[in-house]
Amino acid sequence: MIAYILRRVLYAIPILVGVNLLTFLLFFMVNTPDDMARMQLGQKRVTPEAIQKWKAERGYDKPLVFNGAEAGARQFTNTIFFEKSVKLFAFDFGRAEDNRDIANEIRTRMWPSLALAIPVFLIGIAVNITFALGMAFFRATVLDLTGVVLCVAMMSISSLFYIIGGQYLLSKLWHLVPISGYAGGVDAIKFVVLPVIIGVIGGIGSGSRWYRTLFLEEMGKDYVRTARAKGLSEPVVMFRHVLKNALIPILTGVVVVIPLLFMGSLIAESFFGIPGLGSYTIDAIQAQDFAVLRSMVFIGAVLYIVGLLLTDISYTLVDPRVRLN
Amino acid sequence: MRPILLLAFLAAGCADVWNDPYPAADRGASVLYTAFLERPKHLDPVQSYTEDEARFTQQVYEPPLQYHYLKRPYELAPLTALEVPKPVEIEGGRFTVYTIRIRPGIRYQPHPAFVPENHALARVRVDALRSPYDLPLGTRELTADDYIYEIKRLASPRLHSPVFGLMAEYIVGLQDFAERVKKFDTRKGEWLDLRKHRLEGVEKVDEHTYRIRIKGRYPQFAYWLAMPFFAPVPWEAEKFFHQPGMAERNYTLDWWPVGTGAYMLTENDPNSRMQLVRNPNFRGEAYPAEGEASDAKDGLLADAGKAMPFVDRVVFTREKESIPYWNKFLQGYFDSSAIPSDTFDQAVRVSVEGEVGLTEEMQGKGIRLRTSVDTTILYLGVNWLDATVGGPSEKTRKLRQALAIAVDWEEFISIFLNGRGLVSQDPLAPGIFGQRVGREGLNPVTHEWKDGAARRRPLEEAKKLLAEAGYPDGRDEKSGQPLVLYLDTVGRGPGDKPRFDWWRRQFAKLSIQLEIRDTDWNRFQEKVRKGSQQLYILGWNADYPDPENFLFLLHGAQSRMKNQGENTSNYVNAEFDALFERMKNMPNSAERQKIIDRMVDLVRRDVPWIGGFHPVSYGLAHAWMGNGKPNNMARNNIKYLRVDLDRRAALRREWNQPVLWPIALILLFVAAITVPAFMAYRGRERKAAR
Repeated sequence: MIAYILRRVLYAIPILVGVNLLTFLLFFMVNTPDDMARMQLGQKRVTPEAIQKWKAERGYDKPLVFNGAEAGARQFTNTIFFEKSVKLFAFDFGRAEDNRDIANEIRTRMWPSLALAIPVFLIGIAVNITFALGMAFFRATVLDLTGVVLCVAMMSISSLFYIIGGQYLLSKLWHLVPISGYAGGVDAIKFVVLPVIIGVIGGIGSGSRWYRTLFLEEMGKDYVRTARAKGLSEPVVMFRHVLKNALIPILTGVVVVIPLLFMGSLIAESFFGIPGLGSYTIDAIQAQDFAVLRSMVFIGAVLYIVGLLLTDISYTLVDPRVRLN
Repeated sequence: MRPILLLAFLAAGCADVWNDPYPAADRGASVLYTAFLERPKHLDPVQSYTEDEARFTQQVYEPPLQYHYLKRPYELAPLTALEVPKPVEIEGGRFTVYTIRIRPGIRYQPHPAFVPENHALARVRVDALRSPYDLPLGTRELTADDYIYEIKRLASPRLHSPVFGLMAEYIVGLQDFAERVKKFDTRKGEWLDLRKHRLEGVEKVDEHTYRIRIKGRYPQFAYWLAMPFFAPVPWEAEKFFHQPGMAERNYTLDWWPVGTGAYMLTENDPNSRMQLVRNPNFRGEAYPAEGEASDAKDGLLADAGKAMPFVDRVVFTREKESIPYWNKFLQGYFDSSAIPSDTFDQAVRVSVEGEVGLTEEMQGKGIRLRTSVDTTILYLGVNWLDATVGGPSEKTRKLRQALAIAVDWEEFISIFLNGRGLVSQDPLAPGIFGQRVGREGLNPVTHEWKDGAARRRPLEEAKKLLAEAGYPDGRDEKSGQPLVLYLDTVGRGPGDKPRFDWWRRQFAKLSIQLEIRDTDWNRFQEKVRKGSQQLYILGWNADYPDPENFLFLLHGAQSRMKNQGENTSNYVNAEFDALFERMKNMPNSAERQKIIDRMVDLVRRDVPWIGGFHPVSYGLAHAWMGNGKPNNMARNNIKYLRVDLDRRAALRREWNQPVLWPIALILLFVAAITVPAFMAYRGRERKAAR
C-alpha cells in the first residue's frame, strides 16, 4: 500500500503543475498586472509610476511565462509564472496583495469554515442515511413515493432560497437565532445553528435519493434474501447488512469531500457573515487578488487529491476484497 | 432537528432574546454597533484613500485640521492645531508658508510601540502574541516631529501614497527627498528611519510647531491638512512593527493604526469584526456649540461644550449581503443603516407631491431618516477625441447638445435610484462654492425655467439641434446611414438589462441607435486610458469642498489619454484652461465666482458631459441615536454620536422576543411523520410473523 500511496503522490505533482498553470492562464487572460495594481492602488490619482513601482515590488513587472530577454533556463524561470508557482509547492503562499500573510489568514479562517462544514457534513450524512433507509424500508409504498417526490422537490430548489427563506423564518420572523455573524469558541454555536440547519435541509433531497438508490440495489441482492430467509428482522437486515454493504459506494462520495471541508462554502459563508475560507476566496475574486486565488486553488487541488487517496484507502478498510496495487 | 434546536436554546442560555449576535456581557455597555460592507485595504494614513478605510482611520488619526461637524457650507476647524493656519506668501509669491501650531499636552493612545523594551522582542514572543496590545503599553506626547515624519512618509520608497505625485508638485523638496531616500534604501530588511533625512520644505520650529513651505499659491492645501495623509505617525510605531515576525502575523502599521484620536483600534479582523475602544489618553475635545440654524431645533446642540466621545466602544461587523444587514438593523442590532435598493419601498414612501418620508413600519419603530446630497457627481461623458461626438466643431457640439436634452436624467433617477439623486446643472456638486442654485443655476442648454422649477427642454428642440448637426431624423444627411453611437459601461450582470434598455430608449427618441459595449472594470479602464471609448459613465467624489476639485476634471492638462490625469473626457478648451489656471489658486470671492460662472457656461455650451446627477444619501438611525448629522467631507463623526442605552435595550427586547410556537409545530410535524411510519413498520412486522 505504501508503494501505491507514493506513486499517487508522485502522480499528484504534474496534476498540481497543470492546475497551477491553468489558474495562472485563466487569471491573466482577464487581468493584467496593471489591472491588479490599479485595483490595489485605488481609483483616484494613480500614476503610471505608482503602478510600475507596485508591480516591481511584487515581481509583476516580468513577462508572464516566457522571458525573451534572458538566456537558457532563465527564459522560463525569470517569469511571473515560475516565481509565483515554485513557492506554492513548498506551501509558501506569500502575502496577499493587501500585504496580509496568506498562511496566517488560512490558519485563522479554516476554523470558522470547519465549524460550519463539519456539522453540516456529519449531521447531513446521518439525516440523509436515515431518510434513505426509511424510504428503502417502506419501498413501493405511499411513504416511499411521498419521500421521493419530496426529495425531487427539495433538489429543485436553489440553495439561495433555503438560505434566504431560513433567515426569514428562523431569524426575522421567529427571532430564534442571529441572522448572521460569527464568534469564536462556544459562542460560535448560536451563529452556526441556522446555516447548519439550512445546509442539512438543502442537502436532504439529493443525498437521500442517492443513498436510497444504493440501499435498494443492495436490498435486491441474494445475501439480503438469505438474511430474511433466516428470519432476521427487517431492521437487522437493513442496519446490519444492507447499510454495511452499501458503505462502499457511500464512501466514494463522502471521503473525497472530507479534506475539502477546509475550503468552506462560498455562498453560505457570505450570507451568514462567517469569516471562513469560502468567504476569503470570494473576496479574493472580487479584489483580483491573484496571490490568494492561486493559493486557494492550489490548496483545493491538493485536498482533492488527498481526498481521492483517502477514498482508495478507505475501500480497503471496508471491503477486504479490494487491494491497492 | 431536535438536538439542534436544543443546542440553540443552550447557546441562548438565560438570555431574554435569542437572536442577539453580540456577547451577553456587552448588554447595557456603551457600545455603538455598525457594519462595514467592504474590508479596508489600508489603514496606514499615508496609503489609505477610500471611504471604507476612512471610517476607521479618521477615528484614530488626527491631522491638524478637521471639518466643522455642524456648519454648512463645509468649514475647516482646528483639530490638534491651535488654529487654522493662515498661508503666508514669501519671496513675492514664489512660495507659501503654512505654520502649524499643535496644541501642547496631547498624548498618544496606549501602545506597545512607546515602550522601548518592546522594540527588541524575541521571535518566539512575537509568534505568541494574539494582539499587539498583549504587550506592555506606553504613551508619549504628540510633537511636531510626528507630523513631519508623516509628511516624509508620503515620499517613502517603501510606501505607496496616492497623493505623493500631487504633493511633490507643491511641497518644496519632496521629490528630491524621495529620490535621495530611494538611493539610500538599499538594505531592504532593515527599518528605514526617515528622521535621518532632511526634507527641505518642512521644518520644525519648536516641539509643537512646524512649518510647511509650498511652491507658489495653493489655497486648497489647507484642505489636505484635514486628511489623514497629514496625520502624525510616531517613528516608534514604524520601528516596532518592523521587527521580525510582525508582518507574518499581520502586525503592521497598515493594519494597526497608532494615533491620538478619540478611539483606538484594539480588535482588527477585517474579515469579520473591527473594534474601536475609547482612547483613555484622549484630551476630551468639546462638542461644537455652533452650527446651522436648524441644528438647535433638531437637538444637535444639546451636548454643546461637553467632552467627547460619548460612546466607549464601537463594534463594526462585516456584512457582505444586504438582507442580513438590513434585518439586523430592523432588529435593533445595528444603530444606523443605509437603505439597500431592494428594501427602499419598505423603508421610504414618496408622496404624489414628491415628498419623501418613512413608511409606517419605520415610523412605528421610531426610526429617523436623514438625507444629504453627496459631494459627488456621476456623469455621461463624451470622449473629446472621438471623431463622431467629440471635438470643438459646431456639428459635434450641436449633436452633444441634442443628446443632453434627450437623455432624461430625471427619469433615470426616478426609475433606478428611487428618486435618490439631483440632476446636475453644472460640473459642481451642491454646497460647493461657485455653484449657483435655482433659476440662476439653470443649465439653459438642457433646461428652462417653468412654474418655479427647472424643466427639461422639449424633445423637438433636441431634434432640431440634431438636424443642424447633420443628422436629420437620426441619419447622416450625406450618406443616409443611421447614426450609431457607442456607450462603454461596466456591467454588473443580467440585472443591468433594464438600465441598458433605458439608455437605448433615450437615444432612440432621436432615432439614434445606441450600441452598449458592456465590459468589465479592467477593460473599461483600459479603453478610457487609451481614449478609445466614445460615450462612457463615470463619477467623482470630492476630496475637499472647493470648485477646483471638480473643475479640474475638465482641465486640458489633466487629460487621461495624454497625461494619465483625471480628465477622462480628454476635454480641451483653451479659454476654460486659462480660466482654470486663474481660478484654482484664488480665495473664494466675487471675482472667483465670475470666473467659475464663465467656466460653467463654457462647459454647458461644449457639453463634454451629457448631463449627470448628484446622488442623495438616505440614512436611517434608530430613535436611541443622538447627534447624527451627515457630513460628506469628514468621517471622524463617531466621537460626536450619542446612544441612549436604556432605550436601545428596551426596544431590542421588545422587538426580538422569540416566537416558540413554530418549534412546537415542527415537533408535531416530526411526530406526524414518525407515528404512521412506526405503525406501518409494526404492521409489517406482524404480517411477517404470521
